[in-house]
Amino acid sequence: MSGSQTKKKPQQGADGERRLNMIEAINDALDVMMERDENVVVFGEDAGYFGGVFRCTAGLQEKYGKSRAFDAPISECGIMGVAVGMGAYGLRPVPEIQFADYIYPGYDQIVSEAARLRYRSAGEFTSPITIRSPYGGGIFGGQTHSQSPEALFTHISGVKTVIPSTPHDAKGLLIAAIEDNDPVLFFEPKRIYNGPFEGYYDKPAAAWRSHPDSATPEGYYRIELGKANVVREGEALTVLAYGTMVHVAKKVCEEKGVDAEVIDLRSLVPLDIDTIEASVEKTGKCLIVHEASRTSGFGAELSALVQERCFYHLEAPIERVTGFDTPYPHSLEWAYFPGPVRIGQAIDRLLQE
Amino acid sequence: MAKSPKKAPARKTATKKAPAKKQTATTNPESEEFALRNLQKALEAKRHYDASDEELMEFYEQMLLIRRFEERAGQLYGLGLIGGFCHLYIGQEAVAVGLQSALDGDKDSVITGYRDHGHMLAYGIDPKVIMAELTGRQAGISKGKGGSMHMFSTEHKFYGGHGIVGAQVALGGGLALAHQYNEDGGLCLAYFGDGAANQGQVYETFNMAALWNLPIVFVVENNGYAMGTAVKRSSAETEFYRRGTAFRIPGMDVNGMDVLEVRAAAEIAMDYVRQGGGPVLMELNTYRYRGHSMSDPAKYRSREEVQDVREKSDPIEGAKKVLLERGVSEDKLKEIDKAIKARVAEAADFAESSPEPAPSELYTDVLVGEY
Repeated sequence: MSGSQTKKKPQQGADGERRLNMIEAINDALDVMMERDENVVVFGEDAGYFGGVFRCTAGLQEKYGKSRAFDAPISECGIMGVAVGMGAYGLRPVPEIQFADYIYPGYDQIVSEAARLRYRSAGEFTSPITIRSPYGGGIFGGQTHSQSPEALFTHISGVKTVIPSTPHDAKGLLIAAIEDNDPVLFFEPKRIYNGPFEGYYDKPAAAWRSHPDSATPEGYYRIELGKANVVREGEALTVLAYGTMVHVAKKVCEEKGVDAEVIDLRSLVPLDIDTIEASVEKTGKCLIVHEASRTSGFGAELSALVQERCFYHLEAPIERVTGFDTPYPHSLEWAYFPGPVRIGQAIDRLLQE
Repeated sequence: MAKSPKKAPARKTATKKAPAKKQTATTNPESEEFALRNLQKALEAKRHYDASDEELMEFYEQMLLIRRFEERAGQLYGLGLIGGFCHLYIGQEAVAVGLQSALDGDKDSVITGYRDHGHMLAYGIDPKVIMAELTGRQAGISKGKGGSMHMFSTEHKFYGGHGIVGAQVALGGGLALAHQYNEDGGLCLAYFGDGAANQGQVYETFNMAALWNLPIVFVVENNGYAMGTAVKRSSAETEFYRRGTAFRIPGMDVNGMDVLEVRAAAEIAMDYVRQGGGPVLMELNTYRYRGHSMSDPAKYRSREEVQDVREKSDPIEGAKKVLLERGVSEDKLKEIDKAIKARVAEAADFAESSPEPAPSELYTDVLVGEY
């Protein structure tokens, strides 16, 4: 931990392990990488002096100075363009886009510049950029503070997309992303910044402390991009999820007592298709869960891949439980959110086949 | 554009052609420099609007309604009746009231960002439907589907309420183009904050607005902080009214804490636009007393700073002082406060007791038709 947060002792679990929430884990990863590599530079709206609206960059300016952790004006297009230039010249920028919903003004720079620079310069120039951005709903943000735009980036060749689901993973994946020589979209599910969310919005929120995956070792460690995590083993069906939905899906399977295998994809591009394939071949049934809206969502790609690779093992049509094809609503948030009821119904349909 | 704007009216002052470079800028009315500053000079010549007693009372009541409404919204947020994001306008009341009171209600359009409750109340829109939108109810002005940041009124030509910082400015350019195209005599009042002023699309819009001579008043509500970042930490030019200079858009530097100055400035700006002068950029210097949103503890500034503004420049206290000087009694003002509180309480009750939208509303209004 860095700066002002170093004064606060990390939480410790009953087992004596160091426990962080996802915000602290991300902060920790940035701190580790800034310490190790002076080319790592963090910036964004409110990210310097104030330490970020979600506090992910807290203390970094204090510790590393204004040249390595600084405020950017509200100019997402400019932030992304500047990051591409910095990266091409050898720095390793980690810009923050304050909400994923704000990324669109920078989309041109990400798609046309960051993602394509290597190809059009035949490998002479690269974009070793990690774009951090809180994403997803469940916080009553309405249509401009809740979106999950990951599929807009998985569709783009030349850029990677990573989505952690726990503090432990967030740290290891972010370190791997920063060290990666290609541009990485690092979407942080803001609903689970402070605690795992299992889909019951009317129950009190849990803290990360009691969750095993809040154990976050000190110092440097990596989780390779493109390696999924089987968070629950089972034989009856395979559930593919990422981010917040990993916790919701897992909880539903536990509550229903279903012998489901739940896979946390961790990174969508690169995708750990081997782990998915092995699981579906074993179970014969596949459920895909994501919060983004349905049509052309990443679930459509997953469904196509599973069908291509596991067709003769499938015992039921692949199911998708997703957000609806509507803007993210303000007052009907929990009708939109693919919660336990809809996931449970999809599991029932699959098991009846 | 499908069609060029019709009949671009000639500018009042010859700013576009052959600027006389060697003449003294400040004294020669034909020079560019003069054109860029002459609105400011007009304001400096007469800083206060001559409000009648009735008008001043109306401004006071509108500002007080916004203040009490926002205080109540803050309470409802604390009680969990308003979820997500809620950006209060407390401290900035004189801006919306002073500017919007100068509009031609039948013709002119308004567009703003996410801190939009005050602009709607300044229009005289029923506080009930605004509060019900904040609580996400069917009776809300956007049926609960927009929430605090996303509210609209076709009746009042109020085009929102936009949650993406700065995006509304370009839309304002489009509204102004439509006013010009339709020759309806209207103008667009496009508000944005000091934070939004750094978005690239704002300058794309400045260029188009000046190039096409659009009837638009750009208003920077400079409250000193872009979310948690002070103006000086994020802006190279912190005198925002100067930022139109490169596009030959005249700027005005206005005290946004004084409703009579705001109104006076509004008249100068709007007259200029209505006479075909093209866009104007107004900087309204103001202050928000609360955090950026309800979830912002505002640790980036001191309590003393906030207290100082409250004590020395509060727009409502300022108007109250003038009313008292004009002989309005304390009792009368108390009566008004009481009536406004009752109105706000009624709005809050309505917003709490109205039903939430039916789940079937999830799929309505996505497209005009269904598919």
